[in-house]
Amino acid sequence: MDSVFSHTIAAILTIGIISFLYKDNPLYKFCESLFIGVSAGYWFVQQYYANLLPKLFDNLGITKLVGAENAPEGALQALFLEGRLDDNLLYLIAGVLGVMMLLRLSPKIGWIARWPLAFTVGSSAGLYFITYFQSNAMSQLQHTILPLNSFNNLVLIVGTVTGIIYFYFSKEHKGVFGGAAKVGIYFLMITFGASFGYTVMSRMSLLIGRIDFLFGTWLGLVK
Amino acid sequence: MKAFSYSFTFCCLLGLILLATTDGLAQVESSDSLLSPLLPPSEVIAEDHPGDAGGAIIVRWKLSPDEDRGVTGYEILRSTSPTGEFSSIGFAAAGSNRYIDANTEDSLTYYYKVLAIDVSKNVSESELSSPVRSSAQWFDFHLLNLLIIGGLICGAVIYFIAHAKKGKKLFLRKIAGLEAVDEAIGRATEMGRPILFIPGILDMDDVQTIAGITILGRVAKTIAQYDTKLNVPTSRSIVMSTAMETVKEAYISAGRADAYSEDFVHYVTDEQFGYVAAVDGIMVREKPATCFYIGAFFAESLIMAETGNSIGAIQIAGTAMPAQLPFFVAACDYTLIGEELFAASAYLSGEPKQLGSLKGQDVGKIIAMSAIVIGALLETFFAISGSSFFGSLAELVHKLFSIVAS
Repeated sequence: MDSVFSHTIAAILTIGIISFLYKDNPLYKFCESLFIGVSAGYWFVQQYYANLLPKLFDNLGITKLVGAENAPEGALQALFLEGRLDDNLLYLIAGVLGVMMLLRLSPKIGWIARWPLAFTVGSSAGLYFITYFQSNAMSQLQHTILPLNSFNNLVLIVGTVTGIIYFYFSKEHKGVFGGAAKVGIYFLMITFGASFGYTVMSRMSLLIGRIDFLFGTWLGLVK
Repeated sequence: MKAFSYSFTFCCLLGLILLATTDGLAQVESSDSLLSPLLPPSEVIAEDHPGDAGGAIIVRWKLSPDEDRGVTGYEILRSTSPTGEFSSIGFAAAGSNRYIDANTEDSLTYYYKVLAIDVSKNVSESELSSPVRSSAQWFDFHLLNLLIIGGLICGAVIYFIAHAKKGKKLFLRKIAGLEAVDEAIGRATEMGRPILFIPGILDMDDVQTIAGITILGRVAKTIAQYDTKLNVPTSRSIVMSTAMETVKEAYISAGRADAYSEDFVHYVTDEQFGYVAAVDGIMVREKPATCFYIGAFFAESLIMAETGNSIGAIQIAGTAMPAQLPFFVAACDYTLIGEELFAASAYLSGEPKQLGSLKGQDVGKIIAMSAIVIGALLETFFAISGSSFFGSLAELVHKLFSIVAS
């Protein structure tokens, strides 16, 4: 009985979302609001239990401090009770940055919120430089250096070099250089076409999945 | 005849006895070899794992001479005392002569032994390794080539930034999609409809989101001058905060601080399709004249771009997500493909830092193209002539770009 009820709710919500294909309507608006509300609430709870509680409150010992049962001792207990600097004390920096982010709610000291943002953007850019450079540049280059003794190798090398020429911004695309850039964009478009077809097929399988749910799981018309 | 018959029978019997004896001897020899003790691995060497932050030791050994006689693998034992109790820390398959113990404390000294194990569960223990401690190093020399090439490109970036800061003009070719930005904003103003800007669905730690927010700054400045309504729904709280700051600054720099509203930028949800449902709803209800999709996108790209197309909006997209580019190319009026997105960000802002970065990256592209062409030619000459000269040169080019795991 429970599954019939839950399947009926799921089917109504599925139909509600699909009804958008016809036009905007009250059922879609209801489903949209429900989806956004539930997902936003879910993400808040998920973030709390996946990040805030284990990484910040538990590691720092705030959970223990507020008297939660079975809560682990954290960096604050280590500091004040044992006089020891625990590695987890570093989470305090993340906590302070988080609080600084919330200061934007105050118009007078809202400017402080820019500091954690600058920290996030700057540290991410620096950390990802090595990863991206290794995987997107060095590794690809190494695997493109091949002998020109087969059609596949020729296509790979010409496609890569002309593709890079297209993304070269210091020279106008004119003459031979422009011709090479045009070959590069042809390679890109052929790749996009293949990718488009592939993804459309995978989207069709998603649609088939929902139709199977409606006519099979819910209505039982398809066995 | 009878004598021949006896002789034949005698010979056959003798042959059978000889055969049985030889077979028996072989069996005895074979069983002897099974009964002989399994020979242990030798020359166990334990060293600190180089080029890391500590906490790892590499154990190497010479394979057991009985490797081909049913050795199934090697068990690695560890102790903090040469006479103490050794405990198992891992297993290496037969044929392996290396194990990385990635669970060590830098302050402790460790001793290792390696056990060879065969199919009959016989074990044979190696000699003790010399004492070893893990430690952290400042440099990983396996990545020296990365440092050199990265240093060259970064050097070029710094040079061009300094060049741009001196006020010298840096040439950048025009990017087709960008020329349409002002036109699209003007159209929205004429029609009295809002402009929708989607900065992707990833957080501020993604470089595409950063580029998207930079372009938002330039778009918002023009919007402020034209006095058009802007709507920026975001799926990440930090993106919302950054977008708010960016739009606010754009309005202030345009001299229209009074026209700025906190409602321009708002959070929807982190959930991918919940966000899409909301954006689609905004599109069909507010009917924006122009939609920008600039940032990192996944499966939602086509859903949003198709909805935007159905309401007749001018659409400008930009992303470096290879799988989503085809959808934007198909459904939008202009698409900034891959690095064009980052180039657009530099082109629009006109900031020396961004312009210099782009020019420096172009130096990197010249290095890449040269390496591919030179490397491919050397490989081809080597394949045709078999000359070791070309072979070693080709290998050198390969090594320059190879990432060796330490």
